[in-house]
Amino acid sequence: MTWLTSFPQLKNAWLRDLQRIIDDAFRSFTRSYGDLIEGLFSPLQTLLIWFERLLLGTPWPIILLVVAGLAWGASRNLRVVIGSVVTLVLIGLFGMWDDTMKTISMVLAATLLSIAVGLPLGILMARSQRVQRIISPILDIMQTMPSFVYLIPVVMLLGIGRVPGLIAVVIYAIPPMIRLTNLGIRQVDPEVLEATDAFGSSAWQKLTKAQLPLALPTIMAGINQTIMMALAMVVIASMIGVQGLGQPVLRAINNQYFTMGLFNGFAIVGIAILFDRISQAWGKRLQKHHEARHD
Amino acid sequence: MTDPIGIEIRNLYKIFGANPEAHVEAVRAGMTKAELQARHHHVLGLSDINISIAPGCIQVIMGLSGSGKSTLIRHINRLIEPTAGEILIEDRNVVEMAPEELREFRRHKTAMVFQKFGLLPHRTVLDNAAYGLEVQGMAEAERNRIAMRWIERVGLNGFEKSYPSQLSGGMQQRVGLARALVNDAPILLMDEAYSALDPLIRYDMQTVLLDLQQEVRKTIVFITHDLDEALRIGDRIALLRDGSVIQQGTAQDIVLRPADDYVANFVQHVDRGKVLKVGAVMQAQHGFDALPEAAIAAGASIAEALQQMAASRLQALRVQDAEGRAIGVIPFQAAINAYTGNAYTGNAHTESAGTVA
Repeated sequence: MTWLTSFPQLKNAWLRDLQRIIDDAFRSFTRSYGDLIEGLFSPLQTLLIWFERLLLGTPWPIILLVVAGLAWGASRNLRVVIGSVVTLVLIGLFGMWDDTMKTISMVLAATLLSIAVGLPLGILMARSQRVQRIISPILDIMQTMPSFVYLIPVVMLLGIGRVPGLIAVVIYAIPPMIRLTNLGIRQVDPEVLEATDAFGSSAWQKLTKAQLPLALPTIMAGINQTIMMALAMVVIASMIGVQGLGQPVLRAINNQYFTMGLFNGFAIVGIAILFDRISQAWGKRLQKHHEARHD
Repeated sequence: MTDPIGIEIRNLYKIFGANPEAHVEAVRAGMTKAELQARHHHVLGLSDINISIAPGCIQVIMGLSGSGKSTLIRHINRLIEPTAGEILIEDRNVVEMAPEELREFRRHKTAMVFQKFGLLPHRTVLDNAAYGLEVQGMAEAERNRIAMRWIERVGLNGFEKSYPSQLSGGMQQRVGLARALVNDAPILLMDEAYSALDPLIRYDMQTVLLDLQQEVRKTIVFITHDLDEALRIGDRIALLRDGSVIQQGTAQDIVLRPADDYVANFVQHVDRGKVLKVGAVMQAQHGFDALPEAAIAAGASIAEALQQMAASRLQALRVQDAEGRAIGVIPFQAAINAYTGNAYTGNAHTESAGTVA
């Protein structure tokens, strides 16, 4: 009766062969195309290094001023401005300024890349049921697949460093951008779209003059989510060589440096809150026309 | 200003469902809406619509909800694709236009006003009004100048920087009207444009439209479910039920000679004294030995004629046209009969005079 108590699985030898075939195939793919693919991604490397140099090379008072200016521009709320500056000052006082700048540059690059790829994909998805049916399950996989699993092929192809880290972060952080762009565009009032059609708008005019501006608050929520998820990935990304606040955390885990882990953890939380408040306040201000609801 | 152009709707059918083309022949052969629904699960939206709309006149299309009137108006600028039939405007068939041609047609020949306004909520009143010209590619200063003129004309001076959500429903629809007029398209499509407004504002907006029409002479297609509105503004009225036209004619025709019980039912609560014009119920002058001294205009209402006769204790009035020529006589009894809806007592002359109003 063993066939009832233990599940009838494929023969071990078959499974081993299967694994070996896939592994060999991927390895030979890596060997023949690895350099080419690395070359394709080299602009990302340039972008990342440029961002990092910019943030590390700029004197800290200017960074503080820029952040304060951004916070004010986005929120017009003094509390958000003070909160942002105090967070950064504390991070600096506790000796984590350089790591924080590296993390911020990574998150900004990942967010920009996610927007650049995610926005067009979201628009495509909103325009066609078929594209939505194809992309939706892929996004599901990207969001549920443990990130360590897709780190393996990324590392095999690109090795260890900033670019594979960036790609891993983008894979993890891009789904909300795509999903909320799609949702935002689909939620636009059909009567408004009918009116734009009736006045002879082309598809591009409809997109830029009605759909995107009206979907913008939802798209902003997507960008906010993307930033948060990118930040959540910095520790995992540090395992494949991304510099920043993730690396001290990783060292702290390995060596049981409790306080070191806590400080760097709080720094990540601090910049998460900072990013969140600024991007949310900006998203709200984009909806100004909704404020004065009549009757 | 562009010259008014007419619209010719011929044998138009619209069937909603998975495979509408397959059922057109059956519907042509007489299958009813209910049969089509029960047997093939397709919905008959419009059935054999033939309406000829004269240039520069206000054609009202009237019906209860579900009668297909909003579907019909959306065929004129092809927001909805017809299943069969043709719509001829300036010798071009809208149904056969290629996408690019259709877009140009919508930009320059038609403008539309919507029941729920259809304004862009993130744009100011000015930018909403200028939308049609913006889409045409006109420079900003020029289109804003034209839009401002119409914003003033519909009475929204001082609100051009407001957002739609800051305005009341009546004001939002003024924006919708301004946006449509800014385009200066010869055809104006109004889809239950005033149905969402409360009665006083609706009356107000009807007046705005009638005043504007004196100025701009557009070909206006106006959809409504409100008979009083239809009678007030329509040069001609088409009554729609279950996707078919059951009667079309002037307001006078419909009130005086309802095609069937359904229409009769519709018009029975109308204030006939105000709707019916003297010209529609007058009698030929050759039946009378001497024409009455007192005169009334053919465009005056029965109520006015009765008032005039009662005040001066007269038995009849001479009816005269705009140039002051006598064209008929209206006896007291005929006016009373028309007013109360008693058996219609007109003669051959009044048949042709039915369109005088």
